[in-house]
Amino acid sequence: MHPALSVIVFTVASGAGYGMLIIVSALSLLGWSRPVIDQGIAARWHGIAELVVALGMAGLGLFASTFHLGRRERAWRAFSQWRSSWLSREGIVSLATFAPALAFAWVRYTEGVVRGPWQLAPAGCLAGAVATLVCTGMIYASLKPIRQWRDPRVVPAYVALALASGAVMTLLVGWAFGAPPNAALTAFAVAALIGAAAVKLSYWRAIDRGRSASTTASAIGLNEATSARLLDPPHTGTNYLLEEMGFRVARKHALTLRRAALVVGFVLPAILVVVAHAAGALAVAVAVVANLVGTAIERWLFFAEATHTVTLYYGARAV
Amino acid sequence: MTSLPSHPTGKTLGLVIDLDTCVGCHACAVACKEWNTGGHMAPLPDRDPYGPNPSGVWFNRVHSFEVDGPGGGRTVHFPRSCLHCAEPECVTVCPTGASYKRAEDGIVLIDEDKCIGCKLCSWACPYGAREFDDDAGVMKKCTLCIDRIYNDNLEVVDRVPACVAVCPVSARHFGDLGDPRSEVSRLVAERGGRDLMPELGYKPVNKYLPPRPRKSVLPAGGGTRESTAGATGVLGWLDRMLSR
Repeated sequence: MHPALSVIVFTVASGAGYGMLIIVSALSLLGWSRPVIDQGIAARWHGIAELVVALGMAGLGLFASTFHLGRRERAWRAFSQWRSSWLSREGIVSLATFAPALAFAWVRYTEGVVRGPWQLAPAGCLAGAVATLVCTGMIYASLKPIRQWRDPRVVPAYVALALASGAVMTLLVGWAFGAPPNAALTAFAVAALIGAAAVKLSYWRAIDRGRSASTTASAIGLNEATSARLLDPPHTGTNYLLEEMGFRVARKHALTLRRAALVVGFVLPAILVVVAHAAGALAVAVAVVANLVGTAIERWLFFAEATHTVTLYYGARAV
Repeated sequence: MTSLPSHPTGKTLGLVIDLDTCVGCHACAVACKEWNTGGHMAPLPDRDPYGPNPSGVWFNRVHSFEVDGPGGGRTVHFPRSCLHCAEPECVTVCPTGASYKRAEDGIVLIDEDKCIGCKLCSWACPYGAREFDDDAGVMKKCTLCIDRIYNDNLEVVDRVPACVAVCPVSARHFGDLGDPRSEVSRLVAERGGRDLMPELGYKPVNKYLPPRPRKSVLPAGGGTRESTAGATGVLGWLDRMLSR
């Protein structure tokens, strides 16, 4: 599948944004957010900045996604088919989550501490952000023609990678506002990064072993054939199907890129967030950049390594 | 509305394509392009049509395969177009309601005024039936020539899809596959019509008739030749020449 830049930016940025929203909301619900009353103005702005960064990344991603559309001005129509379409559900839930998130930010600004019925705001953020990430994963996981996307690890991978990015970014905002080093959050970030790497390793192993039930023979309705080979393609030039669905990535490059995604996206940030307790904020800043770059490589591969059954009609031996 | 119609009439229009008779002449593909670039989904883009790298949207494309099987090897010409599936996931994935399946006859269509060009439907189609029009920014697909089959301005005989009308060997048949007594349904029953990629569960309406088993030219065992051992002189010379 063709890895479109707009979709990579969208899923990486909004993944990080909604992942961060999950973590910030969970910390607030658990009462582990930085106490504002004793620590004055920096702590209050810290809480608001967390939400600004999370919503900023989510919004940036959603904005990027509209560049994938042929008719951007009609994007609002995508909110109508939630009964059947995961893309429609994702659109609705992703935008709806902004309502509790803005309420959350408002309470943090006016009250400083989220208490009583206001707890519904972070609770809504948590539910909305998880639902958005699940919908994003399901858009891919529901597509039967693409074996690598039908994998049961796809949805957990989207959630795990979002939590990993979100945790590292939450740490960075903390450093930026001079919060005391948070050992629990650092431990969670390391666990999320290792978890994300583990899900991806398991996913790559699975797609390398798998084979689609569809073959060239089944694609032309002649299952009894012992072999079917393309003799003449229908056209000499290229077309939309070949450009969109026929994207190929050389095997050796795929392996190099997988290693790069693992090392840059997960291993390096995990080391850096621990080192940061001694080395300071710069290490966390580098960790955020490395994690986003590594996640972008992973997302590029997610598309580039996916094979579509239509390529069976154009000479692919297997999908 | 991209949920599938809940009260279908039972009428299920579609094509039956005979892989035994198709000669791979591409007339169906050309007639389709010609009709549809002026029809319901018009115009169909054409990039560099007479240059070295032509590309554009076609609703019908003919692929030729070398197929080996129990009946021996053969060339199979395979026309590929929308199958108007009973379970079309190209419809259910659509976020806007632009992609829909008609309750009255099962035809899968796109409302171009609602399409946002997200391309998800083309990813959801295993058969490559949908092609993106980057001039208009919307998806395009086969309409089963909806502007011919119900067209009162045409002679009754011409109220069939352009690909069916043009086929010089009558390898393409159009009709109601929801009616078991229709001519197309009988053809499917007689010849063992096939679904494409049935394992994916899209339940295609269009059926493909497999090539008929071939009659062998040689007798069973490949035939044996009479021995010519011992032929000499002119006969021996003739035997050597003819054996070359």
